Amino acid sequence: MNTLKKYFREILQYPSAVVGSVMILLLVAVSVYALVTIPYEKALQLWRGGEDVWYANPQYAPPAWMNFFSDKDLPVSFKLHSRDAGENQSVTKEVVLGEQNTSRTFITYTFDFNYDEFPQEMALLFNTTYEVKQPFVSILWATPDGREIRVGDFGVSKKMTYRISQDTKLQRRLGGLPPIQGLFADPNAQTPVPFKGTYQLLINGVSFEQDSHIEAEFVFYGQVYGLAGTDHLRRDLMVALLYGAPIALAFGLLAALGTSVLTMIIAATGAYYGGWVDELIQRITEVNLVLPFLAILIMVGTFYDRSIWTILGVTILLSIFTGAIKSYRAIFMQVKESAYIEAARAYGASSGRVIFRYLIPRMIPLLIPGLVSAVPAFVFLEASLAVLGLGDPSLPTWGKIINDAWLNAALYKGYYYWILEPAILLMITGLGFAMVGYSLDRVFNPRLRGL
Amino acid sequence: MTTLSEAQEISQPVVHRPARSALVRVMQYSGVRLITLFGTIVVAVYLTIMIGNMGGFVDQIMRSEIRERITVQVAMNPANRNLDPDVRNQLTLDRIALEEKRLGLNQPLAVRSVRYLTNALTLRLGRAVNMASDAGSKTVRLIILERLPATLLLMATSNLFLFFSALFVALSLSRKYGSFLDKFVIAFTPTSAAPPWFYGIFMILIFAAVLKILPFGGMIDAPPPKTTFEYALSVLKHMTLPASALVISSLFLSIYNWRTFFLIYSSEDYVEMAKAKGLPSSDIERRYILRPTLPTIITNFALLLIGLWTGAIITETVFLWPGLGRTYFRAIGLYDIPVIVGLSIIYAYLLAITVFLLDFFYALVDPRVKIGSGGKQA
Repeated sequence: MNTLKKYFREILQYPSAVVGSVMILLLVAVSVYALVTIPYEKALQLWRGGEDVWYANPQYAPPAWMNFFSDKDLPVSFKLHSRDAGENQSVTKEVVLGEQNTSRTFITYTFDFNYDEFPQEMALLFNTTYEVKQPFVSILWATPDGREIRVGDFGVSKKMTYRISQDTKLQRRLGGLPPIQGLFADPNAQTPVPFKGTYQLLINGVSFEQDSHIEAEFVFYGQVYGLAGTDHLRRDLMVALLYGAPIALAFGLLAALGTSVLTMIIAATGAYYGGWVDELIQRITEVNLVLPFLAILIMVGTFYDRSIWTILGVTILLSIFTGAIKSYRAIFMQVKESAYIEAARAYGASSGRVIFRYLIPRMIPLLIPGLVSAVPAFVFLEASLAVLGLGDPSLPTWGKIINDAWLNAALYKGYYYWILEPAILLMITGLGFAMVGYSLDRVFNPRLRGL
Repeated sequence: MTTLSEAQEISQPVVHRPARSALVRVMQYSGVRLITLFGTIVVAVYLTIMIGNMGGFVDQIMRSEIRERITVQVAMNPANRNLDPDVRNQLTLDRIALEEKRLGLNQPLAVRSVRYLTNALTLRLGRAVNMASDAGSKTVRLIILERLPATLLLMATSNLFLFFSALFVALSLSRKYGSFLDKFVIAFTPTSAAPPWFYGIFMILIFAAVLKILPFGGMIDAPPPKTTFEYALSVLKHMTLPASALVISSLFLSIYNWRTFFLIYSSEDYVEMAKAKGLPSSDIERRYILRPTLPTIITNFALLLIGLWTGAIITETVFLWPGLGRTYFRAIGLYDIPVIVGLSIIYAYLLAITVFLLDFFYALVDPRVKIGSGGKQA
């Protein structure tokens, strides 16, 4: 216990170890938060759910906090549902009953628009109930300076999406401007500039049956979204950024732990028994040095299975018999000759007992720095495979965000956030473990002490 | 067991065997070493072949591909339109059988894998299944040779620069242990945790996307410049980012490793002695530190030379560099086993030859090492 305390105090002397530990703790906190708030099933659903999950998100939208850094204020996405009228001040809904089972529905969405750019898109998602005769709606647009623009008049089916930017009739009515620009443009400006103020979208609906109702959701697709932004499929990147943390940590730690522990056990066994066991381990190591590591992983990913567990298994299997086994073996050969091993044998300890109780514990101080330093390599290996398109098909990971961004030429088109967010998280993971690893190495490795 | 054999050894009378002649000893050692190395290559290449074929699954993919291609070919050929359906079916089947025979798919995998192995070991690399070189050849040898210069250019430039700069910076740092520069390098060592492609992405972002001064990827402008000078300049421009990514990703770690290595050697007594004698520091570096560490330096250099050959699969893919690494990746994607095996066997041979030659190099540069006597020096 005292020696542990001594080591701990010594580790605290290295600023890089402290910074690295803080980074790791931060990642662990993020992982725990992700796993608690987004259960596995929900994460998969959010990441692979399809249009139902992402319909209200803008496409290729940078995170909302980008507005702090640019002098231009970009519109933020939001959605308003007529169901929430009453609770939400911005929506009002009024139903007036008429003759012969008809009824009129008035829905008003009010919102402030104080941005320097036009939004990406606006859409109305209608949800109506009727038996035979479709309800009919007219949509009006009220600008802050009091103009009223007729947006469209049409019959509404049970589930229908009306996208304003795709209305060519409206475009003609607005004098050829793209509808979104036309609705927001300052009428006195030469080039289309957004006019700031409070806008209103009014739906004036008529239903022709007794139980016919109109509900509509107004979705305003801005230029920025949430804390992480969205990708080409309108997915919120936050899901993958949060969920990537536990996956990266689990993969890195499991691979490092599996590799180091198995390497040590095999090296100890070989050194203890000697003879053909040792010879066999040496030969396997030499064969493994000739095998192309990354190429085999790519082949396994391409031909067999891309599941993260398969890749993890193959990674560990190929990483056991490397140069590390030779250096461990050299140390075990020395330790094997120690007097306390001789004593253990003299009192009749079995070979297994000598290996696991006497040889391996002696090496734990050497194992720990190696283990921690190996984590970044495995985290980046998983990301590398994902970047090559060989990531786990269902899991949201950092590497897959980079892969998606790469395939969609994010750097070329200027969507820097898309690549930078996962890359910075990867960097934090790598740096955190590497910093702690190197400090531990200096603490535990007597040869490096004082260097 | 151990105690028993030790007892036997002790009980044997001590016999002074006549010293074997050096030549016989070297020959014997070389023979055993060559055989073990060759055995290693055989096993490794056979494993690669089996993994590459997925224990036969790739055959199924290829068979169905052939079936589909030939069925469509026969059906689309206007000359066959008037044929009787039975005759046409027979024609399709015959042509499928012929194509399978041409690719050797009619033999079981066990037989074929041994044939692949002997072909590979004798360096008859054969023809690619799906890939072709840019010049149009399907010969694996030509595909490899075509891509080799690009890989060698990129890898040799970056790795040689990395190796020598790391070595000399480390040597001077080890003499200025504890200085600001020394601490600076140590502080930056953790940055080597990230692989080259990772830095590549950042460099593309900065220099290609934001500053727009260097290209995103590729090896040459399109269309290629006419004069040799402009051509070289264009290649250099395209090579800057991938080469820097390769260098940056491991520069600090290799400096750190070499520095620690030199520090351990420079705390030896004979170095202190030389210092005490008042020798100039360049002499100390050359004679007392570099000389005893030469075997390790040579080993690392030799392994680096082999590393050049494989290229960097992901870095080349990210930078669209037309090298062997990308060819390897494409070959896997196209299930092109001959190309995969061809690249692997050459790597295996180069590695084995280097390992074999290194033993002799050690004996040349380090008088303490004697070939074939006793255990290997660590």
